[in-house]
Amino acid sequence: MPKGIGWRIGLIGIFILLSFLYLTPTLVSKLPSWWSGLLPKDKIHLGLDLQGGTHLVLEVDTQKAVEGTLDIVATDLEDTLTSKSLHFKRISRTGSDKVTVVLYEKGTADAVQKILKEKYPGYEQSPLHDEGGFVAVDLRVNEKDAQDRKDKAVQQALETIRNRIDQFGVSEPIIQREGVDHIVVQLPGIKDPQRAIELIGRTARLEFKMVREDIQPSAASIPDDAEILKEKSVDPTTGAVSETPFVLQKKSLITGDLLTDAQVRIDSQFNQPYVAIEFNSLGAKLFDQVTAANVGKRFAIVLDNNVYSAPVIRERISGGSAQISGSFTEKTASDLAIVLRAGALPAPVKIIQNVTVGPSLGQDSINKGLMAGLIGVVLVVVFMAIYYKLSGMVANMGMVLNVVYLMGALAAMGATLTLPGIAAIVLLIGMSVDSNVLIFERIREELKLGKSPKAALDAGYDKAFLTIMDSHITTLITAAVLFQFGTGPVKGFAVSLSLGVIINLFTSLIGTKVTFDLFLHKGTAKKMSI
Amino acid sequence: MELLGKTNIDFIGKRNISFVISSIIAILGIVGIIQIARGAANMGIDFSGGTSMQLKFAKPMAMSDARTALHKHGIARVDLQEIKEGNKLLIKIDKNAGAAVGKSADAVKASFTSEFADNPFVVESTTEIGPSIGDKLRKDTLVAVTISLLGIILYIAWRFDFKFGIGATVATIHDCLAMFAVFYLFNKEINLLFITAVLTIAGYSLTDTVVVFDRIRENLHKNLKGAMQTIFNNSINEVLSRTIVTSLTVFLAAASLFLFGGEVIHDFSLALLVGVLVGTYSSVFVASPIVVLLENRALAKQGDKA
Repeated sequence: MPKGIGWRIGLIGIFILLSFLYLTPTLVSKLPSWWSGLLPKDKIHLGLDLQGGTHLVLEVDTQKAVEGTLDIVATDLEDTLTSKSLHFKRISRTGSDKVTVVLYEKGTADAVQKILKEKYPGYEQSPLHDEGGFVAVDLRVNEKDAQDRKDKAVQQALETIRNRIDQFGVSEPIIQREGVDHIVVQLPGIKDPQRAIELIGRTARLEFKMVREDIQPSAASIPDDAEILKEKSVDPTTGAVSETPFVLQKKSLITGDLLTDAQVRIDSQFNQPYVAIEFNSLGAKLFDQVTAANVGKRFAIVLDNNVYSAPVIRERISGGSAQISGSFTEKTASDLAIVLRAGALPAPVKIIQNVTVGPSLGQDSINKGLMAGLIGVVLVVVFMAIYYKLSGMVANMGMVLNVVYLMGALAAMGATLTLPGIAAIVLLIGMSVDSNVLIFERIREELKLGKSPKAALDAGYDKAFLTIMDSHITTLITAAVLFQFGTGPVKGFAVSLSLGVIINLFTSLIGTKVTFDLFLHKGTAKKMSI
Repeated sequence: MELLGKTNIDFIGKRNISFVISSIIAILGIVGIIQIARGAANMGIDFSGGTSMQLKFAKPMAMSDARTALHKHGIARVDLQEIKEGNKLLIKIDKNAGAAVGKSADAVKASFTSEFADNPFVVESTTEIGPSIGDKLRKDTLVAVTISLLGIILYIAWRFDFKFGIGATVATIHDCLAMFAVFYLFNKEINLLFITAVLTIAGYSLTDTVVVFDRIRENLHKNLKGAMQTIFNNSINEVLSRTIVTSLTVFLAAASLFLFGGEVIHDFSLALLVGVLVGTYSSVFVASPIVVLLENRALAKQGDKA
């Protein structure tokens, strides 16, 4: 046997072995127990377009997170100044980056400025200025802190969403940050995408507020420190939605971040689901104080500015537990419990992209993609066998090798197969015999010149080499660019295409050549089937 | 077996005809691109933003009925397309239809549920794209197309001398334009998959051009005295069968995708088919004649000097 054949066949064999080794986790549904440790466990994942599922891109309204922080600062300052008996006209967030404190007289300004400096050293304080005859001072958040807050808000939102999805129960979800304020969520195989989207997109800010029963909702004007929020209720028989307005104290007494747990319970009397919540020690203390001070009055449970219920406080509640009832179904109650457990989003999110593929379409795509691939293979194989006879069969063998290696490589990388990815593989079936077509045509020419099969073979491979390289490199250039810029399905196409093109160089230049060498190595063959 | 025996066709001599054909194709393609830039083309929602849905009904659904039902529920700017197989309906809603992301799809579902109670449906897929995503994607795509074309041109410039480089580049751009032309003429949707097909063909169509050019260079070295046109014609005739066979194999694969691959990649495979065909045509009728023209002009200049 001539030298060089051995190692080439060895290499081909090793690659085949490796391909099947890597493909095993993909092909075998349940791996035997000894298949662990060193052996590969990655498999080819199906893209969302093939297995069905939802791909979401969320945009976090980070500005709102900064504003939220400023609102807290404003409330905090109110408490501080009140406790020190410093009189003020108004403390509130103005614009998107500052809190304005308006005082009645210059005399208190010094003391307030000192407190501001002590309590909020990171903020910039403006000089005193006049505002409608009163004295005002601005507390401005600096650019870097605002940026930090925004960054943290996206990070928190991501964690919260991850928590919610984990509790909702989706297998193999992907949740990652993209760019400055985007979060990508992929939920493969999800049955009820609408419900999941609502669960993820909800801000879930829970607040307890006192009802201002002294003011009618229909009043022409309401004071600065009050607001009107509505309770929506759905008539279970007609499905009609009715709204009841409430006048509430703007300031919330207790918020959802003081919760430790939320569970769905069923009311034994009316067989109606409700959500039972547990406060942490601080929350329990606050709740105890609030209920003790307001027996006989109404307070409202508000979620994302919707009133859920507004019960009358009958007695002091000190155990640290409460319940949220409303017109729930079991599903909506359990979703509410999930978002309360997972916590509120630090800022509202907006869904800016939603691609949902139903499982039936996905399966349909897989079937059709495989069918198209199979027919493509058969067409090419038959054509090559007729046109180039035995040599054509060698090229076909190279093509099969190509597909096996490609699948193996995809499995080894744990790559995701998308429908365009399948298209790329089908296309590669056509492309992978191309190199051999170029070589065979060369060989035919050389044979016509009267060369022996062995000499014609070597000349054919040599002379076609550069042409083959050229065509592969130009395809690789575009595949690389597609990979860099493409998302989802297009990326899948680029991965399959670039891997396939590289592998094709090996199979067409080494794989098929060694087969010919094996048969023609003696140099005595008189004829070649081409 | 051989598809073509020894041929002796005067390809270069027919350049006047081929240049006219190619010019028409190119102009159509450019018009198509201008329409895209103006936003007047049939853009996929991945670029334009908006909502698209694919519904599968239990019973056949006439497009006019569906349209009336949607109009009745205030969804006015809507584009409907029927998929014959399996009572499917593709619905595309303009981003300016009024509803926010997430609302249009619900509105469509609600209107069909109430209007056609006796014809239940399932939502096979929903795609909702906010306008900011579309903008980003458009920019990214433009960058991608520019970079890959530049990459290919640089590679050709490095591999071949200047005149061949021009020929190959013009042929590549011609192929891309032809795909735009066909999609424009048939009012097919320009989406991300179409752009993917264009870039794939930009890379692939060079194969045929390179095959022809390699042979021409080889023959130019062997035969220094012959007339340029004869050498080119002979070279093309010599490699004609392999040019056709290589394209044929890819064509077969793309055709099976087109016929059996399903509606999701139907247009994508159509773009590939067009690209493969045009790529073969351009390597013979566009790339080579341009090089002949350039070579002849260079020779004439040399002659003037002498």
